[in-house]
Amino acid sequence: MRIGDAVSTYRGDETIFRTQTQKIWMGILVIALILFPFISSPYMLFLGCMVGIAVISATGLNILVGLTGQISLGHGGFMGVGAYSAVWLADTFGMSLALTLPLAGIMTALVGMVVGLPSLRVKGLYLAIATMAASVILHFIFVHWESVTGGNRGFNLQNAAIFNIKLDSDFRMYFIIIPLAVLAVLGTRNLLRTRIGRAFIAIRDRDISAEVLGVNLLKYKLMSFGLSSFYAGCAGALWAYFFKIVTPESFPFETSIFYLAAIIVGGMGTVLGPILGAAFMTLVPEMLKLMTELVGPILPNAQVLLSPVKGMVFGLLIVGFLLFEPHGLCELWRRIQRFFRIWPFKT
Amino acid sequence: MDWPFFIESSIAGVATGALYSLVALGFVIIYKATKVINFAIGEIMMLSAYLFLTFAGTFGWHPFVALPLAVIGGGLLGGIIEKTIIRPMLGEPPISVIMVTIGLSNILVGSAQVLWGGGPRVLPSFLPKQPIFIGDLYISSKLAYSALIAVCILACYLIYFRFSRGGVALRATASDQAASFSMGISVPKVFNFAWIFGCMAAALAGVLVSASGGLSPYSGGMALSILVVVIFGGLDSIAGALIGGLFVGWIETLAGALWGGEYKMLAIFTLLTFVLVLKPHGLFGTKEIERL
Repeated sequence: MRIGDAVSTYRGDETIFRTQTQKIWMGILVIALILFPFISSPYMLFLGCMVGIAVISATGLNILVGLTGQISLGHGGFMGVGAYSAVWLADTFGMSLALTLPLAGIMTALVGMVVGLPSLRVKGLYLAIATMAASVILHFIFVHWESVTGGNRGFNLQNAAIFNIKLDSDFRMYFIIIPLAVLAVLGTRNLLRTRIGRAFIAIRDRDISAEVLGVNLLKYKLMSFGLSSFYAGCAGALWAYFFKIVTPESFPFETSIFYLAAIIVGGMGTVLGPILGAAFMTLVPEMLKLMTELVGPILPNAQVLLSPVKGMVFGLLIVGFLLFEPHGLCELWRRIQRFFRIWPFKT
Repeated sequence: MDWPFFIESSIAGVATGALYSLVALGFVIIYKATKVINFAIGEIMMLSAYLFLTFAGTFGWHPFVALPLAVIGGGLLGGIIEKTIIRPMLGEPPISVIMVTIGLSNILVGSAQVLWGGGPRVLPSFLPKQPIFIGDLYISSKLAYSALIAVCILACYLIYFRFSRGGVALRATASDQAASFSMGISVPKVFNFAWIFGCMAAALAGVLVSASGGLSPYSGGMALSILVVVIFGGLDSIAGALIGGLFVGWIETLAGALWGGEYKMLAIFTLLTFVLVLKPHGLFGTKEIERL
């Protein structure tokens, strides 16, 4: 039951955690996240880290696509920039993650702003293709700038450490990734109640109106691209630290599609949506893998069918959600919440 | 680089470009009528080529029976997609429509893998194999005949859309949906018709491209070049699609011949970036005037 959240001030209306109940649930969630690695199997821990990275990246893409309304098909390329910057800085200068992570983020943000420049002249479909061009060109750079990226062989990260603590297990990475993911989500939530967040939403709803109202389109569109790619860069850097190797094929064009799908399935333009979407889209292929193992005895060629079925389910999820639940998992979750809000009194 | 090599590559490039023009025409027809960017057009090409493979290879029918059937199959597929998936998305923001077609392309790739297996296949050859020589210049016959067929079909499309009732209805819908609806044109029918005709053009190009380049569930990826073509020429311009197709095909083949295959994509996407910066709506695209 969640009642008694009437507020009488604007400040109260803008509070992130409004009610006692909400705070208690958040506390429970934090404790669960801390306890999770101690009780889970290594495989679950691995999945937990993957979901954490996906959440950071999807949250970033949501700022650009969901809040500002600029379509980007270059998110995978941005993650690649972050990953390569981080491993290069770590191995060339022996920096720790505490330095490489923000530097990778800033580097990616700069690249993102350059890619975002066409957004001032073109929008919608043309912008989608322009960002796709950027991702093709970035991929080419990853393959051919061998002195930095190691070319097709990729780049092995030798020096994965933070403050001299070696980051050599999923367990340690978990405690880096999850706090950062929480920070990223809280940051986005906070962004929404500032002038910047409101400007983004104004641009999404109608950019000309926003300009008339005094929103500087140049500044805020580039800021949105920069912020979004900062998140992507951090996610890419964490990805590189998690797998200890980056190749040009680590972030193919499909990565961009994957994250767009994640925020659509989760619910665009919300804070909760990208979290649910990223978790859901990361876990569905694993579920399918589990199912093939289960039906293995009955259907001997299930293993062969796994890859095409994964692709089909991915496509069906995108199409299905857009046709039948355009507001995504987030809306389903809100429906459940609404049901329980006054639950014992009215069913 | 010597001249004969340059001219040979250029001819091959323009021939490839003619095929691009055909697909781009299909793309532009769909975009003009329904304002949908069809990211699944490559997969429709791929599926039609598989249909041809089944008709001509597995059933052993004559290729000139199988080819029209595969093209009709591609058109039907387009019609069904429009009715079931694209129509409900009417009025949604562009990002949703783009993502629906991307999701669709994933479904089509998956189905092709399930139905025909994931490995590469070779289409039964149906074009004359005798290489063509103009003086000392060698031209691959498959490419030349494919381009010839593509040009003929392109001409048919252009004449049809210029003079027939359907073509007029399509152009009317493209210029003003509400007005044409009130003048008695059935806009939903035009939508369906545009998808069928657009996908038929793509299907034919798909069979022709796969005949010389081989076929796998992932060959739909070549549609990335088509995106460059239509942005280059302007999304809603048929003339742009034709000229853009030839030009992009030429640049792509030249880049491949000069520096190697991996530079193809780089060359055309760099070209695309310049076009977007200098002429954001492509060479012949209509510049939209926005009103509040």
